[in-house]
Amino acid sequence: MSKAPHISIKGLSVSFKSRTGTVNALNNISLDIAPGSFFTIVGPSGCGKTTLLKVLSGVLQPSGGEVLFDGVAIDKNKVQGQVGYVFQRSLLLPWRNALDNVMLTMEVARRDMSRADREREARHWLKIAGLEGFEKRFPHELSGGMQQRVSICRALAFRPKVLLMDEPFAALDEITRETLQEELLRLWMQTETTVVFITHSIPEALLLSEQIAVMSARPGRVLERIEVPFPRPREEATRELPEFGAMAGHVRGLLRHREPVAATAQ
Amino acid sequence: MYRVGVTVGQILVFLLFFAIWEGIVDFFHIKPVILPPPSRIAEVMWEQRALLLTNTWPTFVAISLGFIYAVVTGFVIAVGIAYSRIVRELTYPFLVTAQILPKIAFAPLFLIWFGFGLTPKIVIAALIAFFPVVINTAKGLSSVDSELLQYMDSLGASGWEKFTKISLPWAMPYFFAALKISITLAIVGAVVGEFVAAGEGLGYIINASNISLDTELMFAAIVAMSLLGIVLFLVIVAAERLFVNGVEENGGVQATM
Ligand SMILES: Nc1ncnc2c1ncn2[C@@H]1O[C@H](COP(=O)(O)OP(=O)(O)OP(=O)(O)O)[C@@H](O)[C@H]1O
Ligand SMILES: [Mg+2]
Repeated sequence: MSKAPHISIKGLSVSFKSRTGTVNALNNISLDIAPGSFFTIVGPSGCGKTTLLKVLSGVLQPSGGEVLFDGVAIDKNKVQGQVGYVFQRSLLLPWRNALDNVMLTMEVARRDMSRADREREARHWLKIAGLEGFEKRFPHELSGGMQQRVSICRALAFRPKVLLMDEPFAALDEITRETLQEELLRLWMQTETTVVFITHSIPEALLLSEQIAVMSARPGRVLERIEVPFPRPREEATRELPEFGAMAGHVRGLLRHREPVAATAQ
Repeated sequence: MYRVGVTVGQILVFLLFFAIWEGIVDFFHIKPVILPPPSRIAEVMWEQRALLLTNTWPTFVAISLGFIYAVVTGFVIAVGIAYSRIVRELTYPFLVTAQILPKIAFAPLFLIWFGFGLTPKIVIAALIAFFPVVINTAKGLSSVDSELLQYMDSLGASGWEKFTKISLPWAMPYFFAALKISITLAIVGAVVGEFVAAGEGLGYIINASNISLDTELMFAAIVAMSLLGIVLFLVIVAAERLFVNGVEENGGVQATM
């Protein structure tokens, strides 16, 4: 499989027009995401994180600026099929069981795989996500967290070069979350996948990422870009390091400092 | 255990209904020409089984063809409405207006246009069965979760893949809800067609026995008609079970005759 692309975001702005007026979701964002990095975005609710991921996946046209994959501007056809997207909602197809939901991405983006291979791959990921025995269940027969896990499996199963993950673990219990975090890291280290990850959990961001971009309240701008230096594997002990606490405090300070702005920006 | 009890109870309610009917006719000595008892209707159905069966066929053909025409054209136009703004804006006002018109009132006109026989029956059946299919299917196709379509875009899905893998299954519950209404409307259409423009079929028997005051035969034909209707309805329900997975019914239906 070829290498993940170098992603550069240049002067990106997105505004939504609606009957009640125009909402500026993103304002002049510039970021570089190196191939194979684990890049996390944190920021207050409504600051445009999801909007940014949608632009990166090619499904939303920006109103200004551009996104380049290896120097080439993404028009729809370029990115599609390279990015695995875990939406904030699980967004499963209600008429397909868990197994068939996971196979969806491979049906569309990996036409080279045989049906048997797709099914084997799908079962493999469901097992990792602790869903063995639930393959034939329909989404409405699964809990919210289980649905989200199916949705994560679906994105991982077709082995995209870029993984866009919008708060993928938010709805999960502590243990499942840790298992999936470890699996994600293992996958990320084994392959050359670039991960762009959104979370509201500062410890999660520090444990997983190489870089963190902290965004301001709407319209979203990048306040600061932080390199996370801790050696891997990052474990419980990592959380105890004084540098870890200091960095978490710094990010929290950036987010908190901006809260009053969020209130007035409405 | 509970379900079995309910089913038995439901059958008992039907039996009770027929028993009361039988009792009332017997007690008040109601003439068979006014209201025959269920036992007599059953007898007549058996005596006239050849007549009823030969006349069920043309009615069945009219209903089925009318229904199939309605479903196919309705579906195609619904796709047009869901995917083309021009089609939507041109046809929608017309559909909404036609929806509230008493289309059944055109039946005698179709006798003039299409003559006597199968054609006017099919046309009336198709005409009234058509509207729920268009309106409901268009509603289903245009209510697809837009983020699901975005998800498919992110995978590089083609328009055809989005249609077959997302929009079509999404609209299926709406489509089948419409089919259940449409089949009953097609039955009404075919029978009315036979009232005004046919020399055979159960509707014709009902009408003819009405004129000759043969109430017993009329009831026998009505029961045969109802049985046919129930069978057709159950066929649709079975198809729905087969094609609609994992979703509770969510398709609302709008229909008028
Ligand atoms: N389709 C849309 N139409 C109009 N406004 C939109 C649309 N999508 C997003 N917005 C607006 O853009 C802003 C950013 O939304 P976005 O979903 O990107 O936020 P977010 O950072 O992901 O928030 P959260 O952390 O709560 O998920 C919000 O104010 C939202 O109201
Ligand atoms: Mg979001």
